[in-house]
Amino acid sequence: MADGLATVAVVLAGTLAAATPLVFASLGELVGEKTGMLNLGVEGMMLVGAVAGFAAAAATGTPFVGFLAAAAAAAALAALFGVLTLYLFANQVATGLSLTIFGIGLSAMVGRGYVGIPLDGLGPVAWPFGLAELPVVGVLVFGHDPMVYLGLAAAVAIAVGFKHTRLGTVLKAVGENPTAAAALGHPVRLIRLGAVLFGGAMSGLGGAYLSLVYSPMWAEEMTAGRGWIALALVVFATWRPGRLVLGAWLFGGATLVQLHLQGHGVAVPAQLLATLPYLATIVVLVVISRDPVVIRLNAPASLGKLYTPER
Amino acid sequence: MKTKAMMGAALAVGLGMASAAVSADDGPLKVGFVYVGPVSDHGWSYQHDQGRQAVVNAFGDRVETRIVESVQEGADSARVLDGLAASGHRLIFATSFGFMNSVIRVARRHPEVRFEHCTGYKRADNVATYMARFYEGRHVVGLLAGALTETNIIGYIGSHPIPEVIRGINAFTIALRRVNPDAEVRVIWVNSWYDPGKEAEAAKALIDQGADVLLQHTDSPAPMTVAEQRGVWAVGQASDMSRFGPTAHITSIVDIWDAYYVRRTQEVLDGTWQSGDVWGGFADEMVYLADYNPSLAPELVEMAETARREIIAGTRHPFTGPIRAQDGSVMVAEGETLSDDALLRMDAYVEGVQGSIPK
Amino acid sequence: MPLNFEARDRPSGVVRAVAPVVAIALTGVFGLVLFWLLGHSPVTALHAYFVAPVSSVRGLAELALSATPLVLCAVGLAVGFRANVWNIGAEGQLLIGATCGGGFALMVQDFGGAGPCVLPAMLVAGIGGGMAWAAIPAVLKVRFGASEILTSLMLTYVAGLVLGYAVHGPLRDPDGFGFPESKLFEDDALLPILVAGTRLNLAAPLALGVAAVAWLAMARSLIGFELKVIGVAPHAATYAGFSPRRAVWIGFLVSGGLAGLAGVCEVAGPIGQLTPEFSPGYGFTAIIVAFLGRLHPLGIVLAGLVMALTYLGAEQAKITLGLPEAVTGVFQGMVLFFLLATDGLAHLRVRWRRTRPAEAGA
Repeated sequence: MADGLATVAVVLAGTLAAATPLVFASLGELVGEKTGMLNLGVEGMMLVGAVAGFAAAAATGTPFVGFLAAAAAAAALAALFGVLTLYLFANQVATGLSLTIFGIGLSAMVGRGYVGIPLDGLGPVAWPFGLAELPVVGVLVFGHDPMVYLGLAAAVAIAVGFKHTRLGTVLKAVGENPTAAAALGHPVRLIRLGAVLFGGAMSGLGGAYLSLVYSPMWAEEMTAGRGWIALALVVFATWRPGRLVLGAWLFGGATLVQLHLQGHGVAVPAQLLATLPYLATIVVLVVISRDPVVIRLNAPASLGKLYTPER
Repeated sequence: MKTKAMMGAALAVGLGMASAAVSADDGPLKVGFVYVGPVSDHGWSYQHDQGRQAVVNAFGDRVETRIVESVQEGADSARVLDGLAASGHRLIFATSFGFMNSVIRVARRHPEVRFEHCTGYKRADNVATYMARFYEGRHVVGLLAGALTETNIIGYIGSHPIPEVIRGINAFTIALRRVNPDAEVRVIWVNSWYDPGKEAEAAKALIDQGADVLLQHTDSPAPMTVAEQRGVWAVGQASDMSRFGPTAHITSIVDIWDAYYVRRTQEVLDGTWQSGDVWGGFADEMVYLADYNPSLAPELVEMAETARREIIAGTRHPFTGPIRAQDGSVMVAEGETLSDDALLRMDAYVEGVQGSIPK
Repeated sequence: MPLNFEARDRPSGVVRAVAPVVAIALTGVFGLVLFWLLGHSPVTALHAYFVAPVSSVRGLAELALSATPLVLCAVGLAVGFRANVWNIGAEGQLLIGATCGGGFALMVQDFGGAGPCVLPAMLVAGIGGGMAWAAIPAVLKVRFGASEILTSLMLTYVAGLVLGYAVHGPLRDPDGFGFPESKLFEDDALLPILVAGTRLNLAAPLALGVAAVAWLAMARSLIGFELKVIGVAPHAATYAGFSPRRAVWIGFLVSGGLAGLAGVCEVAGPIGQLTPEFSPGYGFTAIIVAFLGRLHPLGIVLAGLVMALTYLGAEQAKITLGLPEAVTGVFQGMVLFFLLATDGLAHLRVRWRRTRPAEAGA
């Protein structure tokens, strides 16, 4: 029994780590989408973050510097998206897809010198009083690296920010009706650009989590589609940070549970299971979209649409 | 050299053509290499490129090599092969299974070019195939794992449930249980050749379930890094992974194409190249074990090396009976050995592997 | 900031025509710098990229072959995009089309039946498969209001897994030593080759025909007009009695059907069997092609050729210069950004703020 409990604790703790890259990337995307910016370049930005983080950490020996570099590099890539879509009126979908193509190539080019190099990853937080040694709770609550906590803190901050701050209200207003927001004197394009940059930085952190913590190494296309799952997750969470974290745990946890079941000899239809995040997202989307009130409360009305400022 | 399924009458034609083609032009022999991944992957494509460098070192000015990396397995591969053939390359190594039908089609159009296709099963007068008996390495590490495990649980990370991977699992398990009849193998399929995150997750899950030795048939060093962090043993795959887990690394099973590539290039230069099928192992220097972990007891290393020598000498075969199927029924009777054809079609686990093969 | 960008009401015609030329010039300049920085001869690199691939009959045939799936998908997508119907799941519809068409061919082969009817039936099955897959986001949009951008994107990944399941399971070649791919199609199930010695097949003229029909339909038919009005002025369209629901259906069925056709043409053309990874992402690239072609069938044909050239050029650069894959990826990304950026510039008027009073007087 105690053994079973320990296993469950281990799986749950693993879920928190597995969910962390998704939490970062999709929180960033969420903020961008709230202002109406649909950036399909998450996968590319994560990869650029992963390689920049790895390179900086390898050069300085400090994972912290790695994360800073990751955020900066991915934000720079996001700036490209922002300028093209906001100031040059390029279509968001096409630009986002191009961003992914570019990011995959760029990360591979920069990363050529870093393949096959081992790196000491970021370890768990050293809690005082031997907290991490506590049974079950130790593993579950005190057994993580700082980024896991930072991701959750970011989710709380963003949730509170949207609900209770002026900035949050402005961001939402820009996403709901940019023309009206501009009429109220808000600098719509600057606000959207800021949100896009934030989204890029968060994607970069999510990518760097993979290359600096989760499996400390650099490999081409090491995100393996997590950027697309992050996109799904934002919708699955109906643009709410709290649900987003739950969703990330669910998506990350489902994979882990499936792997554990396989290890115990249970046959799992892997192909079918791999479709679940996407199918679940479609179902959620349909459910919330059925009710016009619910969808209006959640989905940003101007998402993905071209905004042309009035003269 | 273990060559099987040699082509008969057709070879004479190919031979005549080969010598004619080489004497026709006097410049260096242009040799093309087509990789499915980037050279920098430190795995599959990297090892093939090592083979290319061996060719360059062996022949110097007499050859000119060209690589094309990260070639998609769809319609692009035929165009790349065609481009190489059209630009004067007379020997082309195509190093992924997915290029098979493209190789056959392009080869038909370019009878003057010799093609070498890795891991495929379709041949022609100017298309030879080759692959490595990776499972011989699995046998040796199975013996080591049987001696090293204390929990009697071995974790095995699989990529796709194809015969090649299942053969490796079985070869390993048979050897494991010769040393340690109580040990069992738990397999997790990640459905990818390369996904560091998922491979790490699978490694962690297996360790959480008590595995103290990890095997992988995927290409990233992520499981090795996890093994190092968690203090269990692991066996590397495709290239020497010791630097990712200095204490965890038992050894790595590595493909070495150097000798084969040099030999085949020599044969084209000499005009003696023939189509054929080579499935080479330790004896042909196609499979190689990286340096054993220095902390292994000398008698363990001796046991492993003895097995390796016996395989080279032909007195030991990883699939010699008695071998029992998963349900306990006899798969191979005592003293009998599975044929290459049975090995190529292997689609069931042997006794000692937990779970079932996903459909 | 003295320099000021402002949107034009209507994109300038001259700039629209000049924009691609500017993009190509910029790409050339930046390409020169990039290759020079990486230590490759810039002139040879650009030659390998843009000249070498199309300097032979076979090269031209390959260009048409690569552009075909992009054009087929993009023409269909543009029909919807014009009406603000955002199908971005063409890749999934392409995969399902290939699975249905290819699966049909394999089924017929199993029953020993073959004949001249197989190929047309395959194409129909492919179109039907693509349409059926596209109908899902259409239904979800029309019935529940679910965002088609998101549902069609999600379904793309599901489609990839459906194809993966098919070739790992029911459609796997029993004599294929367990590798996940189908039997080869018999000759009856393959598109006829047009130019001997090349891989150019019937799909290329088919794509041109489709583009021509789409041009006519969009320019001359009532439905074309309706879709345009819905896209430009949704409120006016409602007053005029045009149905946005019908636009969703038309947008999805046309684009899904053409994506499915592209998929089945690919497997019945250069591939010749079903494999899990036969598409290098044509359906996604087609979205970019649709925008580069300014949602106009003629523009899409040109954009498809340009896009195909960047792929062939990258390959050529890899073969003749040994450029690493990563460099070609970066270069391609750069080309796309320039094209998108200059496209955007066409919608802009660049002004100096100081000149404003003078302009006001004009």
